[in-house]
Amino acid sequence: MITKFLSLEWKSFIRSSNFGKGLAIKILMAFFAVYFLLVFLSLGVFIYPTLKKAFPDNDPFVMVNTLLFFWFLGDLMLRFFLQKLPVMSVKPLLTLPIKRSRVVNYVLGKSALSFFNFLPLFAIVPFSVVLITKDYEVTKVITWLVAMVILTLISNFLNFIIESFSAETEFSFLPIILFAGTLFGLNHFNIVNFSQLLSSAMLAITNNPLYLIVLLIILIGLYLFNHKVLIKKLYLDNSLKTKIKEVSTSDLGWTKRFGEVAPFMQLDLKLIWRNKRPRSAVFILVIGLLYGLFFYPQPMYRDMPIMYGFIGVFVTGIFLINFGQFIPAWDSGYYKMLMSQNIKYEQYLKSKYTLMMLSVIIMFVLSIPYVYFGWKILVAHFAAAIYNIGVNTYVIMLGGSFNRKKIDLNQRAAFNYQGTGAVQWLIGIPLLLVPLAIFGALTYYVNFYSGVSALILLGIIGIVFHQKLMQLITKKYLNSKYEMIKAFNQDN
Amino acid sequence: MIITTNLSKKYSGNEVLNISNLEIPKGQSFGLVGNNGAGKTTYFSLLLDLIKPTTGTIKNNDVLVSQSEDWKPFTSAFIDESFLIGYLTPEEYFYFIGDLRGQNKQDVDNLVSQFEDFFHGEILGQKKYLRDLSKGNQKKAGIVAALIGNPEVIILDEPFANLDPTTQIRLKEIIKDLAEKKGVTVLVSSHDLLHVTDVCERIVVLEKGQVIKDIQTSEATLKELEAHFAGTVSPV
Repeated sequence: MITKFLSLEWKSFIRSSNFGKGLAIKILMAFFAVYFLLVFLSLGVFIYPTLKKAFPDNDPFVMVNTLLFFWFLGDLMLRFFLQKLPVMSVKPLLTLPIKRSRVVNYVLGKSALSFFNFLPLFAIVPFSVVLITKDYEVTKVITWLVAMVILTLISNFLNFIIESFSAETEFSFLPIILFAGTLFGLNHFNIVNFSQLLSSAMLAITNNPLYLIVLLIILIGLYLFNHKVLIKKLYLDNSLKTKIKEVSTSDLGWTKRFGEVAPFMQLDLKLIWRNKRPRSAVFILVIGLLYGLFFYPQPMYRDMPIMYGFIGVFVTGIFLINFGQFIPAWDSGYYKMLMSQNIKYEQYLKSKYTLMMLSVIIMFVLSIPYVYFGWKILVAHFAAAIYNIGVNTYVIMLGGSFNRKKIDLNQRAAFNYQGTGAVQWLIGIPLLLVPLAIFGALTYYVNFYSGVSALILLGIIGIVFHQKLMQLITKKYLNSKYEMIKAFNQDN
Repeated sequence: MIITTNLSKKYSGNEVLNISNLEIPKGQSFGLVGNNGAGKTTYFSLLLDLIKPTTGTIKNNDVLVSQSEDWKPFTSAFIDESFLIGYLTPEEYFYFIGDLRGQNKQDVDNLVSQFEDFFHGEILGQKKYLRDLSKGNQKKAGIVAALIGNPEVIILDEPFANLDPTTQIRLKEIIKDLAEKKGVTVLVSSHDLLHVTDVCERIVVLEKGQVIKDIQTSEATLKELEAHFAGTVSPV
């Protein structure tokens, strides 16, 4: 049975329409994976000597254990944003003579083989080897190793529980942030000292391997809970019975001032507001806006004008990146209809452009309070906003013409927890790196103002050539019309 | 109105459609029948320029469909549910289509109100999104949306499927009315021989992408078609 499932998985992978493009991204992902493996490997090898050198009086093994709490939290956050529950289109399997519980076991079992569970091993195993060479008791080290593996699996299954809760709330990031934030806060203000607690627990386990059973029980408990949650979701009516709310409509009359673009603007606004996935792009705005607070309060960054440009592009462009990367896939569900309608493609794209441009302006206005940390920041943010409007909007729309992946807006939570995988985060990189390079190089080698002027100049050039660029982009979209229709018609 | 010449479509060497010559005059109600895989939807998709022909051309009112987009203002279609925008209410959807076709709200309201009977009170004023309607009701909304903006050519793929008997009968009246009184060219495909013979003046049978029958509908047509499809197991 398992081999049957695996062969289904394999077929869906190699037969999907974005296989070719997926491969290129997968290679890039592989590079990232190798990079992280190396980072973890060196962490495992060098953490012992480093700690020993820095704190000669303390036992590095004990110190590592006190840090485990933060490792665990970081692991959990990372998983939430990057790891998805291994989705298998289980609907067709429901009527076949396969036990539901078996399907669930397969899905959960497969998740244990995730990259995120192997990555920690690359740090844990070398560290254990180092410990043994430093004459720690072998049985103790092995017990510790086993405990760490179980702990990793615990965060694996804990993550899916958090994800299943977040799928039900409006703002999908809230549960994880609440959960991690509460734990961190309790620890930080010494209300409950989790890091000490976890550390002594680990030390107790290494002294007495029998305590491993406690960890195992937690793991099994989490697994069973996942099993329970999932098996409930394996019924079709679970997704059908979701209560249908009465809809309130508004005619969004104010969009009329945008002229011919108005119908599309209204459609886009409804798209964002009425569908779970694009709505979460709006929530990211809040995170984006607060992003600067990570950096500016620290004097180290405040004295580094190079950072201003980067943060500016990010803060003012956060909606642009999140919304723009899925153009035109947002409309993939009814793309065929749009293509057979009496529409001007340029207007369709112009509506998206207008929306992104407005978001940049709004974000810039909202980010004005950062002037508190220095007026240079305001200047840099202004330049970044102009650059976003004049360059990044086009870049992201141009990128969209390579979009061949359907987005199912109608899909209810069932198995589609996240939607945003690592791939989508990668696309953002060129958008941020190019302005960073331009601004950074000029600021570093010439001065701050030349960097600012360069960004503004590039932005203005883009705005001046708006018509020309839009025509160019429209042409790109029209050229790939048939391919897009075909790809959006496929379900996977 | 619609002239098809040497049209063929191949998927990796496999020919799914080959029509050497087919002319559909203005105001004709035209029926396309055929078994699964006969090429009905392929033909309609080519008519709407959703796929690229391997060879040949379609001219819609003297506009070359694969070259120019000028056929769009007078042509409308409902192929499947992917023509609907799930997160709009039916009214919003009608207004959106109306906007694209240069109709204001009043125009759309006037048109839609003629179909209250057809909607059977299940579409308008329900405060529901299209995605939350049943398949049959989605289809009703899609078909009526295809009538917005006085199109001269209307293409409906399998319009009778998923509809309840009452609605099927009403839809037949609507289609007949369009062709006879308003001079609209209506293209319909169906698996239901009875409905097509009821509605269409002319019926074309496709088999493996080829036109094998082209009949002006008469009393004897239904019998002829039934005999044909009953014996169609053996290759022609």
